[in-house]
Amino acid sequence: MSQNLTTTDPLASRHSIVAGGSAFKTRYLMDLLAKWVVWVGGLGVIAALLLIFFYLVSEVAPLFLGMQVKARPEYTLITEGSTLYTAVEEQGEIGMQVSDTGEVTFFDLSTGAIRLRQKLPVGALKLTAIGEISPERGLLAAALSDGSVLSFAHEYAVSYPNDKRLITPAISFPQGETSLPFIQGPVTSLVLRGEGDARLYAGIDSNKQVHLKALSSTQNMITGETTTETAGELSFAPSVTADQLLVDPLMHELYVLDHSKGKIAFYKLNQAEQPELVEIASTASPIVDARFLAGGISIVVALENGTVSQLFAAHKADGSTQTLAHVRDFKLPGSAKPTALGSELRRRTFAVGDAEGRVTVFYTTSHRELFSEKAVDGAVRQIAFNPRAQVLMVKSDSGKVHAFDVRNQHPEFSFSSLWSKVWYESYDKPEWLWQSSSASADFEPKFSFTPLAYGTLKGAFYAMIFAVPLAVMAAIFVANFMSPNLRQVVKPTVELLAALPSVILGFLAGLWLAPFVESNLPGMFMLLVLLPVSIPLFGYLWFNMPAAVRYRVPPGYEGALLVPVVAFVVWLCFALTKPVEALAFGGNMQNWLDQVLGIKYTQRNAMVVGIAMGIAVVPTIFSIAEDAIFSVPKQLSLGSLALGASPWQTLVGVVLPTASPGIFSAIMIGMGRAVGETMIVLMATGNTPVTDASLFSGMRTLSANIAVEMPESEVGSTHFRLLFLAGLVLFIFTFFFNTLAEIVRARLRKKYASI
Amino acid sequence: MTLDLTARDTTSVATYVKSGQPWVWMTAAAISVAFIITVALLMLTAVRGLPHFWPAALVQGEYREPGKDATPILVELLDSEEISTARLLSAGQKVDSAVPFHARVLAKVGNRDVYGADFRYLLDEWIANRSKPADATVLERMEWGNFQGRIVSVKQDGQIIASGAQSFAVWQPLQARANKLREELHAIEKKEIGRINYALERVRLDGKRLTLAGQTEASNPAAFKALTGRKASLDADYETLRTRLAKLKTEIARDALVMKTVDGQEQEVALSKIVRGYQPNNMELTAKVVLYFQKLGEFVFDEPREANTEGGIFPAIFGTVMMVLLMSVFVTPFGILAALYLREYARQGLVTQIIRIAVNNLAGVPSIVYGMFGLGFFVYFLGGNIDRLFYAESLPSPTFGTPGILWSSLTLAILTLPVVIVATEEGLARIPRSLREASLALGATKVETLWKVVLPMASPAMMTGLILAIARAAGEVAPLMLVGVVKLAPSLPLDGNFPFVHLERKFMHLGFHIYDVGFQSPNVEAARPLVYATSFLLVLVIVLLNVSAIRIRNSLREKYKALDG
Repeated sequence: MSQNLTTTDPLASRHSIVAGGSAFKTRYLMDLLAKWVVWVGGLGVIAALLLIFFYLVSEVAPLFLGMQVKARPEYTLITEGSTLYTAVEEQGEIGMQVSDTGEVTFFDLSTGAIRLRQKLPVGALKLTAIGEISPERGLLAAALSDGSVLSFAHEYAVSYPNDKRLITPAISFPQGETSLPFIQGPVTSLVLRGEGDARLYAGIDSNKQVHLKALSSTQNMITGETTTETAGELSFAPSVTADQLLVDPLMHELYVLDHSKGKIAFYKLNQAEQPELVEIASTASPIVDARFLAGGISIVVALENGTVSQLFAAHKADGSTQTLAHVRDFKLPGSAKPTALGSELRRRTFAVGDAEGRVTVFYTTSHRELFSEKAVDGAVRQIAFNPRAQVLMVKSDSGKVHAFDVRNQHPEFSFSSLWSKVWYESYDKPEWLWQSSSASADFEPKFSFTPLAYGTLKGAFYAMIFAVPLAVMAAIFVANFMSPNLRQVVKPTVELLAALPSVILGFLAGLWLAPFVESNLPGMFMLLVLLPVSIPLFGYLWFNMPAAVRYRVPPGYEGALLVPVVAFVVWLCFALTKPVEALAFGGNMQNWLDQVLGIKYTQRNAMVVGIAMGIAVVPTIFSIAEDAIFSVPKQLSLGSLALGASPWQTLVGVVLPTASPGIFSAIMIGMGRAVGETMIVLMATGNTPVTDASLFSGMRTLSANIAVEMPESEVGSTHFRLLFLAGLVLFIFTFFFNTLAEIVRARLRKKYASI
Repeated sequence: MTLDLTARDTTSVATYVKSGQPWVWMTAAAISVAFIITVALLMLTAVRGLPHFWPAALVQGEYREPGKDATPILVELLDSEEISTARLLSAGQKVDSAVPFHARVLAKVGNRDVYGADFRYLLDEWIANRSKPADATVLERMEWGNFQGRIVSVKQDGQIIASGAQSFAVWQPLQARANKLREELHAIEKKEIGRINYALERVRLDGKRLTLAGQTEASNPAAFKALTGRKASLDADYETLRTRLAKLKTEIARDALVMKTVDGQEQEVALSKIVRGYQPNNMELTAKVVLYFQKLGEFVFDEPREANTEGGIFPAIFGTVMMVLLMSVFVTPFGILAALYLREYARQGLVTQIIRIAVNNLAGVPSIVYGMFGLGFFVYFLGGNIDRLFYAESLPSPTFGTPGILWSSLTLAILTLPVVIVATEEGLARIPRSLREASLALGATKVETLWKVVLPMASPAMMTGLILAIARAAGEVAPLMLVGVVKLAPSLPLDGNFPFVHLERKFMHLGFHIYDVGFQSPNVEAARPLVYATSFLLVLVIVLLNVSAIRIRNSLREKYKALDG
């Protein structure tokens, strides 16, 4: 390290320290440059690290944005007759409405300019009701005043003349231009279900009778002609005054609504048989309108008192019979009476218009009011979303049309649905569920963090139960009693465990430990009892050994002495496991658990995770706790010993109280690691999101959930952002605990330094 | 402080309990348990993984299951365990219920194409007439796992050239020839045809780039002509290779073995489908040792076969090493810069202290969170933009906008930054103030002091930080699952095709290999020893890295102790 500073060194001239010299200037500039490089680089790196936090927040933030709405100009649409049906085309450019005269009008949604006006081939007949066959494909059916039904479709051809999009609306008749007879006299409520070969017509006639007609179509293979036949027909007088009919898409359930009395009769449909009445539900006030939501399970019913109720068929609490469950209510703001209902095609968003022209948008699962504002003057008559749910069209009594551009990306999210029990469709009671995707498109996503957070804490809890006693006691011995020579070997060895990749621990846990524990379950429990008993017992035996034997082992080597003892006890427990299992548990402890205690045993369970993740955090806790105990100033413990306290008394009375903040921070840091651990949980549990504290069942944690679902998640979707939210929760949680631990440790260090 | 267990006056239980010694013994037991766990874990991977490569004996016998006909078996006996009679009875095994336990062995039967599974659980007591026939042969095949049986004859061009006892000797040189041909075939298919395909793809992209730039064949005939020329010459190359390939394929298909399973089913196995064959019961110890190391070498240096459950793990080793090296390139300069800033340039106040704690705590943030950040920020945001700007010709198939080795190493660099920063800072803090002051007093500027005095002295600390970072990165899997690791990468991120380093490619990784083969593999039983062996390798690397880091740290401390004094 000696430097030649004599002037003969040719380099020395460059190291001029004379101010103003050229060499000085270069050196000065270099110094300045280096300073800037370090400042910019250093701060840049730190900023990049902090960027993680802000990036996570930025990905999560859109969840909290409500529905954003931009109004297009309002205009009056002049049509003949009264409007029966409205719709908006996929791109949100063209609106469509059907009048009771049979006139179909297509108009520019932004300006109201008529794009196409066409009369359905109904002659002098009037339209009495419209039923949707497939809103996705624009397939509709109109009931005519003579009781026949005409199917038609509104279609849109997209072309790009001169590189500009042009949408051309048209009407087509896939079933022919002639109407098919259904019943005698006008139909007041029409429902059509099913497509292709089997179709069901349901309607109410002027005598309030309900008619059902099943049609089957067959296509002639040679001529390509389709012949439609009536497969079955029946009619009945329902138990309530029939004002409106609803049939689910699978044609299992029929609801007959009595508007003025507020009654809903729930029938089960069973092929050609007479529908079976399940229940008559009553509502708090008269019904205004009702409709199915996307997925065809829930119905929403708007009531005159300003409430909208969501209902669906579910099993009663005893699991025996079905009932029309009253799932949740949505309250309209203001006191006006609801007048119109509309819903999105692919999500469970619905909109309610009221007598004062206000439109309120709700989402069922998250039980959230997304938007509420006055949209038109006068009562709202019609509400329609386009299939992509980017445009909402509102039409008033007086023919005023107002369209809105809607940005409603994450209606599924709300804090209450994230953490509380939610009553999902097809379930019989509110539950905590995480099920983010499914094969079917109109599936109701179930986003509850509760089972995941529960799994995370459960895993961490069992890991801590395993790790804390082991690591802290080991730290106490190593720091306080162990001979320095041995400590130099043992401490790095245990710390080496910290470097063991979690994927290896997870692999061993899943493929070695889990089957091992399963076949040696009695041994595991025996170990839990025998080990803590046998060790003090061995201590007592040793205590009574002749001095000659005892002196062979120098003080501080008890740990080494115990290695064979522990190994023997472990061996003994597992050697005895089979006989004990045969004697006490009929040869199969899992069966015994199931039959006697009613506990289900899964191979990859919390016990396996607890042990594996415990092993992963032992070195962390051990290392920090050992440091804390070891650095307790020696004069304290020596003073205590000098006053006659035994080593154990000194430890309990002096050393541990002083070091306890350090031990606490060790446990916090260990906890942080257990909470965020991914691979071990991923491999050592079945990854089922259950809320079950049992030692013998699995779990799914937040981190494992991210690892499993992140690669398949659609960028920007609610699911994607919720996974980021899970990441953010983990980030904040661990950051909080680590910071807490760090502050405690810093204070402790100061305290030691002052002593 | 040490414990003295000698001073006492009585030997009663009360004295013993009162002295607190039972508790001391308990704490001693805790460290014994921790120590035993550590050592046992390290041993477990070795003990379970390494014997897999040993050519184990084949046992022939008769399996006499009650109520069924006795069947001949030729198996390799693996684990044996005691199973309680109740469990066996509930599994439908008709065992003797008077005995409480029965030994059950896991036996490798091989011949997956014949029996459907490689492994069977057999009850020890039902295996009768055991022998170890010398002519029992194991064939390691390219497909369907091992064949266990006997050689009937050797065929050349459909003609039997040897049969019976001399078959084995006749077949060995033929197998060596087939293996050589296979290597040649593989080289052509992988390297040369791979190169041509790569070049063809570049021609296609160059053409698309020209089109995207608005050029047509009319406006720039020279460029398009050059492309057509390049394509034609590549096609011609491909034709020549194809004829060579066809010739090699007929040559390699020349020889075959006729094999017979122990229950008499005959099967013809082409030598091209055989990796190697041996007669374990007929081998000398030295031959076994040689074979053992051959197989170990194959494991480390070869590519995987059969959905990663056989063969080697070379691509995974290569991917891990390359990713870690790339990561080091990113993490070292930035980590050191940040540490220099924090320790040498920033004003030591509350803000710096907060930053320090924050950086320190980032090391405790779950790695999966870094993975999410990498996927969202690097892959989707940065990568997506790079693609739009520079790789527009290959869109919509992404180049950098998809997980790859570059993003993986960047993600892990961010993950390990705190480790490097903390270690470097610690090293900087340990350098005595007097040394800096001496340098400054001699007229050196701050940067000169740093460069010539401080940094060289802190270099072991930086080394320690880097090694710890590498050790952590090598074992990290969860974030990589999001940003670039795959179960089987078609090509390495480094090859002979310009520009040689392909940072956008996905790669294989030892840790992910363990997860994937251990948990996602269709044939877990067969793959398990390989996973143990892979784990052992990974553990070995990481333990070595850590031990060296500890060594460096210790020597560093010694050095400064001297300086401080």
